[in-house]
Amino acid sequence: MSSIAAHTTWMTQRQLKALAPQPAYLVIQIIQPAIWLFLFGSLFRKVAELPGFGAPSYLDYLVPGAVVMSALSTSMWSGMTVVEEIDRGIMDRFLVLPLRRSAIINASVVMQSITTALQSIIIVLLGLAAGAHYPGGALGLLGLLVTSVLVAVVFSALSNTIGMLARQRETIIGLSVFLLLPLTFLSTAFMAKDLMPHWMQIVADCNPVN
Amino acid sequence: MAGLDVRARPARVRSVIGVVAQRSGADPTATGRENLLLSGRIQGLRGQNLARRADELLGRFSLADAAGRQVRTYSGGMQRRLDVAMGLINRPQVLFLDEPTACLDPESRSPMWDEIARLSMGEGLTILLTTQNLEEADRLASQLAIVDRGRVVTEGSPDELKAQLRGDTVLVELAAPGDSGRLKAVLGEVPDVRDISIAGSQLSARADDRATAVPALLAALEHAGIGVHGVTAARPTLDDVYLRFAGRRFAEAEEPAPATSQPAGQPGQSPSGGSQ
Repeated sequence: MSSIAAHTTWMTQRQLKALAPQPAYLVIQIIQPAIWLFLFGSLFRKVAELPGFGAPSYLDYLVPGAVVMSALSTSMWSGMTVVEEIDRGIMDRFLVLPLRRSAIINASVVMQSITTALQSIIIVLLGLAAGAHYPGGALGLLGLLVTSVLVAVVFSALSNTIGMLARQRETIIGLSVFLLLPLTFLSTAFMAKDLMPHWMQIVADCNPVN
Repeated sequence: MAGLDVRARPARVRSVIGVVAQRSGADPTATGRENLLLSGRIQGLRGQNLARRADELLGRFSLADAAGRQVRTYSGGMQRRLDVAMGLINRPQVLFLDEPTACLDPESRSPMWDEIARLSMGEGLTILLTTQNLEEADRLASQLAIVDRGRVVTEGSPDELKAQLRGDTVLVELAAPGDSGRLKAVLGEVPDVRDISIAGSQLSARADDRATAVPALLAALEHAGIGVHGVTAARPTLDDVYLRFAGRRFAEAEEPAPATSQPAGQPGQSPSGGSQ
């Protein structure tokens, strides 16, 4: 058990170190959720005035949705790293070493969880700066953080699995595009459930993004 | 593998072997030292032990100056040396080298050969090396198997394989086109010279030992008053061996078959016996 933990730690460190010399990537990761937040925040501002919406300001309503959407969209791509490492022969090198197999995928999931946690905190802070209120308080925000990390765990594991099975970038791109928008819009991320058509409410109930 | 059952104890086997694949497995975004340290950690090395081993290998493969640079900035030769260093971090008993010099320029090839020879001779390491380069196989291998279309067509030491061709090739350039019957009669007297064939002024023959056969052959020709322009005698090359066993010249093979060779190491572990 301890060796799985140790192996996972080394493999995660390796991935984190690879990020450090890529400032552009880090900046994009921060800017992207900000775009979601302010683009949709402005676009749908009037939605909050609809009767039965339930939240005083649309921004208040949107922040949790943006957090989960960012968690979803970044973790859906994490399988790309796996495909790249298979292509480059880096995976082969790890497979001939006495490395715990599970550490390879664990590291990717842990790495994605860390990224998502940071991203969620940034979105919440950006929202706060833009004047959103968080009626749930600290406990509510903690819950949001945990939820976003869980979404990251599930979807990065899925993305990695697809990457390892299909070994093609196209499959991951296709899957991400295919799932991301429907999963987001068929959820309560942007629109209160009571205002959705009936069939959509049923779909939304089964949607992990909720 | 090194006395272990591969199927029963795969993890243990992985810790006593080193594998250098044809494609580099180094992480291009990490530095040379980080790559080495990670491989070492996974192999169970810790702390001072690991740091010392990494430094030793970096020095030995002339990578000490580049150790702190990202691998993506390395030249092909440096990357290959790092690959071999990573394969050696755990002091393996068996090292697999898959075409270690395939993408190297001739200048970097020679030091790599020296290092491989040193590993197998000096450190008693068993090395299983695959190569498309017959010169490399000839130079490094103590046991060699030629694989053609996925099958081992022959194996033995390079010298044994060449000796199976029974003798050196002797080529004589005659001053004038000779009479085949007369030449054969003259040279039939010379011991150890056989398979005589004449094409115009070119005479070729085989001899077990070219050092004694050539002077005897020249003396016989001179005695018979036949003029000679030149003579060459050569030991058979691995290319001749390949020709004999694969039925075609190495360069003609439409899909070059790799020759598998095993540089000197623990005796009694032939590629087919101990390692496959």
